[in-house]
Amino acid sequence: MDVITLSRIQFASTTIFHFIFVPLSIGLVFLIALMETLYVVKGKEQYKKMAKFWGHLFLINFAVGVVTGILQEFQFGMNWSNYSRFVGDVFGAPLAVEALLAFFMESTFIGLWIFGWKRLSKKVHLMCIWLVSIGTIISAFWILVANSFMQYPVGFEVNNGRAEMNDFLALITSGQVWVEFPHTVFGSLATGAFLITGVSAWKLLKKQDTAFFKKSFNIALIVAIISGFGIAFTGHAQSQFLVETQPMKMAAAEGLWEDSGDPAAWTMFANIDSDNQENSFEVNIPYILSYLSYSEFSGSVEGMKSIQAKYEELYGEGDYIPPVKTTFWSFRIMVFTGGLMILLGLYGAYLSKRKKLEQSSKYLKIMIWAISLPFIGGTAGWIMTEIGRQPWVVFGHMQTQDAVSPNVTAGQVLFSLISFSAIYLILAIVMAYLFVRVIKKGPVEEEKDVKLTTDPFGEEGYGSYAK
Amino acid sequence: MVLMLNEVWFILIAVLFVGFLFLEGFDFGVGMAMRFVAKTPGERRVLINTIGPVWDGNEVWLITAGGAMFAAFPHWYATLFSGLYMPLVIMLLLLIGRGVAFEFRSKLEHPKWRDTWDWTIFISSLLNPFLWGVVFAALMAGLPIDSEMNIYASLFDYITPYTLIGAIAITLLCFLHGLFFITLKTTGDLQHRARETAKKVVYAVGIALVAFVVASYFYTDIFEVRGAVLIPIFALIVVAVIFARSFALKSRDGWAFTMTGLTIALTVTSVFVGLFPRVMVSSINHAFDLTIHNAASGPYSLKVMTIVAVTLIPFVLGYQIWSYYVFRKRVKEEEHLEY
Repeated sequence: MDVITLSRIQFASTTIFHFIFVPLSIGLVFLIALMETLYVVKGKEQYKKMAKFWGHLFLINFAVGVVTGILQEFQFGMNWSNYSRFVGDVFGAPLAVEALLAFFMESTFIGLWIFGWKRLSKKVHLMCIWLVSIGTIISAFWILVANSFMQYPVGFEVNNGRAEMNDFLALITSGQVWVEFPHTVFGSLATGAFLITGVSAWKLLKKQDTAFFKKSFNIALIVAIISGFGIAFTGHAQSQFLVETQPMKMAAAEGLWEDSGDPAAWTMFANIDSDNQENSFEVNIPYILSYLSYSEFSGSVEGMKSIQAKYEELYGEGDYIPPVKTTFWSFRIMVFTGGLMILLGLYGAYLSKRKKLEQSSKYLKIMIWAISLPFIGGTAGWIMTEIGRQPWVVFGHMQTQDAVSPNVTAGQVLFSLISFSAIYLILAIVMAYLFVRVIKKGPVEEEKDVKLTTDPFGEEGYGSYAK
Repeated sequence: MVLMLNEVWFILIAVLFVGFLFLEGFDFGVGMAMRFVAKTPGERRVLINTIGPVWDGNEVWLITAGGAMFAAFPHWYATLFSGLYMPLVIMLLLLIGRGVAFEFRSKLEHPKWRDTWDWTIFISSLLNPFLWGVVFAALMAGLPIDSEMNIYASLFDYITPYTLIGAIAITLLCFLHGLFFITLKTTGDLQHRARETAKKVVYAVGIALVAFVVASYFYTDIFEVRGAVLIPIFALIVVAVIFARSFALKSRDGWAFTMTGLTIALTVTSVFVGLFPRVMVSSINHAFDLTIHNAASGPYSLKVMTIVAVTLIPFVLGYQIWSYYVFRKRVKEEEHLEY
């Protein structure tokens, strides 16, 4: 395999892996902060127990997120040096701000939170976890500012063969950021919420710590429902923005080779034949694509063939159609999982209201499996976003094939790809194992540490957290 | 007033690397002490807990330095990171292992499990400063940068006698710094042993640093370029190491730690002073050197970044110092039996 293919595989796999932990961290820490707020406001020990128990899972997850994130920051320069040279002036800034504003905050206050249960007053301790939560969300914002530049570059001009920033405000107020950021944050909140509902469902089925997990389930369920609707709403905004700014991606996501009729029908399923640029089989729902694109039940959507012709005029000869099948199906998987999450959330609320939650073992079993839904949806969404942008790495300005490091060999990338994959595989196995262990053990043993010792690391450092 | 922003960012990145090696330097040193000083699993747990709340924050200094290089000097970032691909892959693997080791080791009580992660922490803490020593020495000695700013380096372009001397010097320095940190954060036998080890290691550090300086005279041009500034700095480094020794002998641990911190700061500073105004030296042709001008982002970007950095850094420093203040007490083994 050549160096470009290998570099792409490495970037894709390390990023997808990293993005298992990121949304989970963002979601979990927000929920933990909510639980600790309830503890501080209501003064009930149970909420503290909750924050601590879910905190265990969060911390295991956070550690893996941090270490896989360092790799993310370094590999732009390592594997994509031409890209880094071209965009560094614009793209580097949000990354640096992310580190300064978010990473320092997260890492410092997480340390204070872990080891500070006895050292700090309740309110200061609560502030620490909220600062971690805010830090994770700020971090998401800045990295998405960077990503948005790749999707919809603004606030720059090309000088001496590279993009130079000329309007920072335009960069952070870009329309792309403000559809992508809330969508990602809602998705992340849902990821944390569905983990908690799923784990709680498992414990409820086993009839362990029922009161504790029912409460956890209900808190997470509220967040799950709100973020479920948030995802749908912001996703819709994003698709409208997409039609305007990256019509090729939208057309590929729809498997739309020719211009659609007016009103445009939405293709639910299609058998895509990329070689002959046609679909041999389609299931269509009338009006829906018009609605997705324009929030109206009329208006036609451009197809890939006519966009290709336009782009050839604009950018010169070339193939501007992304991998259609991947874009098409990842979009459907994302939408399908998102819809399912909303339905499961609403049904859970219905059961909970009727006080039938514990009896509905079928629903609880489904909720265990539903832990995977936000992960699948989030991954599919990013695959659609990134694959659908191809052949561009910075839309309209630089193609992925020109972005790679010219001085790094295929052999070196193969080595790094294999070693990163191997270590990530080990991390995944260990993490899954530790998660199951923590969950099986349950929250019970948390309660024995009550005395404050003179040593800041004594009980809290060794007793509950580090044990 | 005309702000020389390229210079400002060069200094800022130097400061970030100073911060990184000062802070992560002692937690690397503590990691090394896991095998060289600690004798029992209990002592290893104490050592981990001396850095438990802060190592992650310390590492962010490196991440921020990387981000700042990317933003302010994209060519520096691109040339260095792609040019030293293999050492960076190794470094990342080590950092990944180390980071999760802190979190994973305590999750199971099995001795083999803990041993595995303790070894991971030890090896990573040993090799990380070693690799940074290689990188810093290679930066000064020069790398084969071509006219397109790309490095086509083989292993022996950056593994040379000179870079190995630099690597050993930085590693020993971090070890000593970590030992003094342990004397500050522990009590009893462990503290005593750390201090005794430090009294020996301080000589090795002195010798290695002097060797590094002498080798720099032969392998780099930093004396020709910045001799007038560097010679006083080197003199200060020697003085600091001598003071570190005498403070160690008198068991004035805080001052000894300050001295090794100063030594680290001065050593990293001298690397950047020796480079200035270059950021990377080409061993092929000095016309291909990367400088704070030809490697930099545009003035607009630098200005925006400066405003952001100047606004945020006081807060960052403030809460990091507060976190050290909160965890200022010593860690004792008697106060916990489970680890």
